[in-house]
Amino acid sequence: MTDQAYNFAYLDEQTKRMIRRAILKGVAVPGYQVPFASREMPMPYGWGTGGVQVTSACLTPDDTLKVIDQGADDTTNAVSIRKFFEKTAEVDVTEKTAEATVIQTRHRIPETPLTDDQILVYQVPIPEPLRFLEPSEVETRKMHSLEEYGLMYVKLYEDISRHGEIATAYAYPVKVQDRYVMDPSPIPKFDNPKLESAALQLFGAGREQRIYAIPPHTKVVSLDFEDHPFDPSKAPHACALCGAEGSYLDEVITDDQGGRMFVCSDTDYCASRRAAGHVGAMTSIEGATRMLRSASPDQTEPAQ
Amino acid sequence: MTPLLAVRDLNKTYGRHVGCADVSFTLWPGEVLGIVGESGSGKSTLLNCLAGHLPPDTGEVVFDTRADGPRDVLRMSEPERRMLGRTDWAFVHQNPRDGLRMRVSAGGNVGERLMAVGARHYGEIRDQALDWLDRVEIAGTRIDDRPAAFSGGMQQRLQIARNLVTGPRLIFMDEPTGGLDVSVQARLLDLLRGLVRQMGLSAIVVTHDLAVVRLLADRLMVMKDGHVIETGLTDQVLDDPQAPYTQLLVSSVLQV
Repeated sequence: MTDQAYNFAYLDEQTKRMIRRAILKGVAVPGYQVPFASREMPMPYGWGTGGVQVTSACLTPDDTLKVIDQGADDTTNAVSIRKFFEKTAEVDVTEKTAEATVIQTRHRIPETPLTDDQILVYQVPIPEPLRFLEPSEVETRKMHSLEEYGLMYVKLYEDISRHGEIATAYAYPVKVQDRYVMDPSPIPKFDNPKLESAALQLFGAGREQRIYAIPPHTKVVSLDFEDHPFDPSKAPHACALCGAEGSYLDEVITDDQGGRMFVCSDTDYCASRRAAGHVGAMTSIEGATRMLRSASPDQTEPAQ
Repeated sequence: MTPLLAVRDLNKTYGRHVGCADVSFTLWPGEVLGIVGESGSGKSTLLNCLAGHLPPDTGEVVFDTRADGPRDVLRMSEPERRMLGRTDWAFVHQNPRDGLRMRVSAGGNVGERLMAVGARHYGEIRDQALDWLDRVEIAGTRIDDRPAAFSGGMQQRLQIARNLVTGPRLIFMDEPTGGLDVSVQARLLDLLRGLVRQMGLSAIVVTHDLAVVRLLADRLMVMKDGHVIETGLTDQVLDDPQAPYTQLLVSSVLQV
C-alpha cells in the first residue's frame, strides 16, 4: 500500500525536472560540474545517492535497468539499488549489458562496448579532481573557469618522483573536449579509454551536489607527461574462469597458502563468455590441477 | 626607456583607516627599490596592492608587459593578471609556508610554475628543478623531500627558486629575511643580490631591516602612516636622512 505513495522512480516530478535541467547543462558543457539541489535519499551517502537521483531522472517505464558495483551485478550495493528501482519504478531489470538501456555503475565501465541508445550513470564520491591539492572550493572553481590546471600535473609529477611512474591507478584525471579536467569517478585507469563512448555518460555526486556529463563521442584524454605517457594497465593474467585476456581482473585470495586467482571483475562479461564455451585455467580440469599444484606462498604477483 | 612599473596615486583605505595614500613612483628595469618603515606604516598593504593581491581604491599600476607594452594591471582581466602573476612576476612571502606547498616535494614546488605555463615533459621539468635547487644552494639529493623537512633558510631559498624558475622580470619581496638568524640572513642576501644582478631582475623589497635594504636596494622609499615621507638613493637616505622620522629610524638601528 505504501508503494502507491511513491511517484514513479521515487522522486517527485519537480525534483526530476530540476535534475534533468542540471543534466542538460552538464551535457551542454562536457566535464563541467553543475551544482544541483541533491535530495535526501532512503540510503546513506556513499551508497550512490547521486547516481540514484540521476537514474531516477532518466528512467522511463520502457527502460531496462542494469546496476553494477565494481563490475559485479550481485553485490550488496548493486542488488539493493536494483531492487529499489524494481519497487519504485517497476522497470525491467537485467544483468545483460547489451539489453540494458540505463546502466548505473559504481567504479567500473562494462567490458561490452556501449551503444548510442544506452545511458551509463556513475556514482561519484568526490567530483572535484583538484580537491586533494587545493582545499578551497572557491579557488578550485576559479581554476576550472580560468583553465589553470598546472596543479593537476604537480600531482602526477609527485607520483613519478616518488614511485618512478604515474602511480594513480583509479580516478585518473582526464581532460574532456580540450577544456575541463574531470574526475571520472574511481574507475580503474584501465577503463579510461572506454570513456570515449557511443553512450551518454552521466555522473552524479549526491553528497557533493554535483552532476556532470560526457556526451556520446566526446574527446576524453587522460593527463600525462610527454616522457611518461598514460598507461591503462591491468594485472598480467588471463581470467581464471573464462580465459579472457583483455578484461579488467579482480584478484581473489583462495586460501592462506598464497593461492590466488584472477577473475573478470565484470561478472556479466565473464558469464556470457563462459556460456559461449570459453574456458579459463580454473574451469578446465587439467588447468585447475596445475593451478592447485603450483599454489605456494612464494608466488607473489603484485596486486593490480 | 620605458619604466618597468609606474605607480600613480595609489590609495587604499580600510574603512576610516588609511592603508596607503597617494603613493607614486617609477621602477626602472634592473632596479631594486626598497620600501622601509615601521610596522603598520602601510608597506605590506602597498606591496599587496601592487602585486594584485589586494584591490586598491584608486590609482594606476602600469606594468611594461612583454606582449603589449605598458598596461594598467588593475584594469586587466583576472586571467591576464593571474597569468602575469606566474610568468613575469614573482612574490616572495615573509613566511615560506605561505609561498610553498608544504605537502609537495621540493622538485614539485619548483616545477609547479613551469607546469602552470604548459611544461609537460617530466624529465625537462626535473632538470630545471635540479638546476634551480643548485642555484639556490640546495643539494640536488633533497629534490624529493618535502619542504617541511627543510630548515627555515632552506625553505626561503626554495621559495625563491620556485618563483624565479619561469624567469620573471619583477619580483616582490615581503620581508624576505624575516625570522631567519643573522648568518642565514647574510647568505640569503648574498644569494639574492647575485641572482638579481645576474638575471637583470627588478625588485621591490619591503622590510623594516635597514641592513637588508643597504645591501640590496638601489633606491629607497620611507613610509610612515601610509604616506611616503622620503625617497632617494639608498646610501643618500641612510647616511643623510632629511625627514625627522627617517632620522629616528636610522638612529634606532642597534650598533654592535
